[in-house]
Amino acid sequence: MSVARDAQAADDGARPGRRPLLTATGLRKTYGTTPALDEADFSISPGEVVAVMGPSGSGKSTLLHCLAGIVRPDAGVVRYRDRELSAMPDAERSRLRRDEFGFVFQFGQLVPELTCLENVALPLRLGGVRRKEAERRATEWLERLEVAEVTRQRPGEVSGGQGQRVAVARALVTEPRVVFADEPTGALDSLNGERVMRLLTSAARDTGAAVVLVTHEARVAAYSDREVVVRDGRSRDLTREPAA
Amino acid sequence: MSIGHTFLGLLESGPRHGYDLKRAFDERFGQDRPLAYGQVYSTLARLLKNGLVVVEGIEPGGGPERKRYAVTDAGVTDVEDWLARPERPEPYLHSTLYTKVVLALLTGRSAADLLDSQRSEHLRLMRELTRRKTDGDLADQLVCDHALFHLEADLRWLELTAARLDDLAKEVRS
Ligand SMILES: Nc1ncnc2c1ncn2[C@@H]1O[C@H](COP(=O)(O)OP(=O)(O)O)[C@@H](O)[C@H]1O
Ligand SMILES: [Mg+2]
Repeated sequence: MSVARDAQAADDGARPGRRPLLTATGLRKTYGTTPALDEADFSISPGEVVAVMGPSGSGKSTLLHCLAGIVRPDAGVVRYRDRELSAMPDAERSRLRRDEFGFVFQFGQLVPELTCLENVALPLRLGGVRRKEAERRATEWLERLEVAEVTRQRPGEVSGGQGQRVAVARALVTEPRVVFADEPTGALDSLNGERVMRLLTSAARDTGAAVVLVTHEARVAAYSDREVVVRDGRSRDLTREPAA
Repeated sequence: MSIGHTFLGLLESGPRHGYDLKRAFDERFGQDRPLAYGQVYSTLARLLKNGLVVVEGIEPGGGPERKRYAVTDAGVTDVEDWLARPERPEPYLHSTLYTKVVLALLTGRSAADLLDSQRSEHLRLMRELTRRKTDGDLADQLVCDHALFHLEADLRWLELTAARLDDLAKEVRS
């Protein structure tokens, strides 16, 4: 079924009075003959948590990958703080991803050979922070995410919920401006999922990071400030303002 | 919610005045809807008539608020029976949402828009409850989670219906 979307799709939905941090307009992406994105728009302001919802295969992950500069769209523009992502040289885009973006995926993102502490310290080490300082900050983030007990363990030795909180610590340790989370609770039970969401959103609010939260679960999306629904590669802001 | 049974349970820890009962009820179970005094005294009158509570003492001054109520053995048995009896699950077969969707299709209005606006209204309430849960204690969490799981079920239905709208339209119009 194709749901025709009207002019409202172009409305970026950004909060009035706040300059958007990251915007996308008219994104298209086709894999072979499969259209993954078809005129998708998006906008997020500093400190905002925006849920990207929609059925499986609707293009949510593709949208996130385009926004994060991981995938180059066939058409359309992604702007991060007045700069066009697709116009940046690769090296600079990589630096941006390392220093200003954080990532949380459903699973498989921790390096199995490293301890949880080393995993969380890794983004800092890659950014040139010295080992001792990197590990001190990583320890703080593990405590903040309530997983200090797994510091010396390897990812294979911890539970799914703990591993995911380690992953959130790793995404936030560089205090990024944007956190991209793609189904961060997808592999967790309700209780662990709630805990990850509570910790992720409160840490993001404390550091002022914006969060792009891809999820198909409404209870997870309920941690956001606003939701964008993707259907057949088109995005639409459906958030209702609270009744006055 | 059975106010009578809840009163009986609250009285098991000792006799109380009507006002005390109302306060205890509101604190624990009232959520956004405190009991009206009329409800409190009509419930107590019924329990009294059925022998489930007795008036244990009346303080000088008169009026219903002066009475202290105590639960009787029959009252305790009644609470016990109530707790042991499973609630009948809601059948959820008569849904206003379903009716609205079909009526929109029958009358040539946009069922997709209706589903979208309902969906965002649901999510708005879910956000509010999530905030309340995050700031609250364990009791708040349990109450809010109960509501959140039900709203989520509605929302899943809204999404599934949106995905089946073309088929439903054909069926409704044939
Ligand atoms: N790397 C890829 N190669 C081929 N097809 C892809 C690739 N990534 C996504 N797709 C297709 O693009 C569409 C959108 O996918 P995706 O963005 O992953 O959706 P979602 O995250 O909403 O489930 C789907 O039809 C999917 O099969
Ligand atoms: Mg996906």
